[in-house]
Amino acid sequence: MNKIKESLPAMAVIAILLAAWWLIVAKTHSVIFPTPWQVVTGTAELIKDGTLFTHIGASLMRVGVGFSLAVLVAVPLGLWLGWVKGAYSTLNPLFQILRPISPIAWIPIAILWFGVGNASPIYLIFISSVFPMIVQTTAGVHTIERRYLRAAQNFGVSRRTLFRQVVIPAVFPQIIVGMRIGLGVAWLVVVAAEMIALRSGLGYLIIDSRNAGNRYDLVIAGMIIIGLIGLMLDGVMRLLEGLKSVRWRYAH
Amino acid sequence: MRTKIEVNGIRKGFALNGGELRVVEDVSLTVGDGEFVAIVGPSGCGKTTLMNMVVGFVQPDSGSILIDGVPRAEPNAKGILISQQGSIFPWLTVQQNLMFGLNDHPQADKKGVADHYAAMVGLKGFEGSYPHELSGGMLKRAELARAFAVKPEILYMDEPFSALDALTNLRMRNELLRILEEERHTVMLITHDVEEAIHLADRILVLSPRPTRIQAMFKVDLPHPRKLTSPEVQELRVAILHELGVDRNAG
Repeated sequence: MNKIKESLPAMAVIAILLAAWWLIVAKTHSVIFPTPWQVVTGTAELIKDGTLFTHIGASLMRVGVGFSLAVLVAVPLGLWLGWVKGAYSTLNPLFQILRPISPIAWIPIAILWFGVGNASPIYLIFISSVFPMIVQTTAGVHTIERRYLRAAQNFGVSRRTLFRQVVIPAVFPQIIVGMRIGLGVAWLVVVAAEMIALRSGLGYLIIDSRNAGNRYDLVIAGMIIIGLIGLMLDGVMRLLEGLKSVRWRYAH
Repeated sequence: MRTKIEVNGIRKGFALNGGELRVVEDVSLTVGDGEFVAIVGPSGCGKTTLMNMVVGFVQPDSGSILIDGVPRAEPNAKGILISQQGSIFPWLTVQQNLMFGLNDHPQADKKGVADHYAAMVGLKGFEGSYPHELSGGMLKRAELARAFAVKPEILYMDEPFSALDALTNLRMRNELLRILEEERHTVMLITHDVEEAIHLADRILVLSPRPTRIQAMFKVDLPHPRKLTSPEVQELRVAILHELGVDRNAG
């Protein structure tokens, strides 16, 4: 009951926006810009002919592969950079230069290297999500409190135990933060990447709907679905923050 | 009594604004096997630096530290440090924390040892809890249990109970004395709390302000359990406070 009460203002804002949208389109007699109801019927159309789920599946697959590769590279690399001073001073400047380059700027090079198949968007997703995760993981290692490292040293544990029971769990909350940022960026980028030349994905759906007969109802349907799936993906990542072994970090 | 810890003329300074801040100046002391020695000093006098050198986290500029007559190498499980801020790992359960230092035991044994010591400090039933679910006093109990579980020959305690409220502090002292009766250890305690030192220690060393050196030594020849309101305790307290430069009967 309380939850419903809390979400009332948010619902109200959305409802007001929808009403205003509907009213303006109706008043201006726009032929191109759709009403909310046209968006709903457009979405129903996409569901009926089955293309919607093909597009969603294609986008999720690209994000899944690119993001997973980025996690596999970023976490070990971030731990190594955080632990070994020499590695940090050698590689960090390079990463700091690469990091601010927008993934969109990589598009020409991605096409040159990987063509216009699935490899290009996957590469773009990888490159966009790997750097925030490296940075967060490295920062996580750097901020491990000395008292914990000293305790491990005091008990004379092996390097293996030190990593498995102290370093990695100490950094894990930061890794989760990095993953949330990384997945968010990955989802942003997949849509842009699919606007290039692919024939599937939510990005393609948007561009194709516009090009093939100004179907703006489908453009907006695609945008809203992207927003909702993005919210869901973040929700999945936030489940990780509920793990008991990481709660200490978020509690304060 | 055999000598357990022998500290010979250690000194330590830190670079500060181009100059040098002398922190520990020519400290020598011994702690006997099974003895409980408390070291009291004003805050900021270099107590923690002294402790870190004895445990092995910090190297002295000169002087030597011998444990059982052998120069102390790296910090190891022979002497476990319990500090004011505590170092129970927040990402492990109580049981996992207690099993942490038990390298050589088989897995089943580790659980048994951990549970035995959890029960000993009164944490039975909390083995599966995470530290953020425990109170400050319970965290200290867990920390004591984790130390006792590896059967260290020496306990190094650096203001171990200072962060606790007065009542919990007193409880933890009694708890510590009870456990030490079951399992005798050599203890080196650093504290600014004179009453705590008298309550617990066999011998009390008083440190001077920085750069610190040993200024006085008191033997506490009182049987346990000690009554903190007894005239002997009060007399000793006044004498120690006098050494610390606090002459009023406050403290």
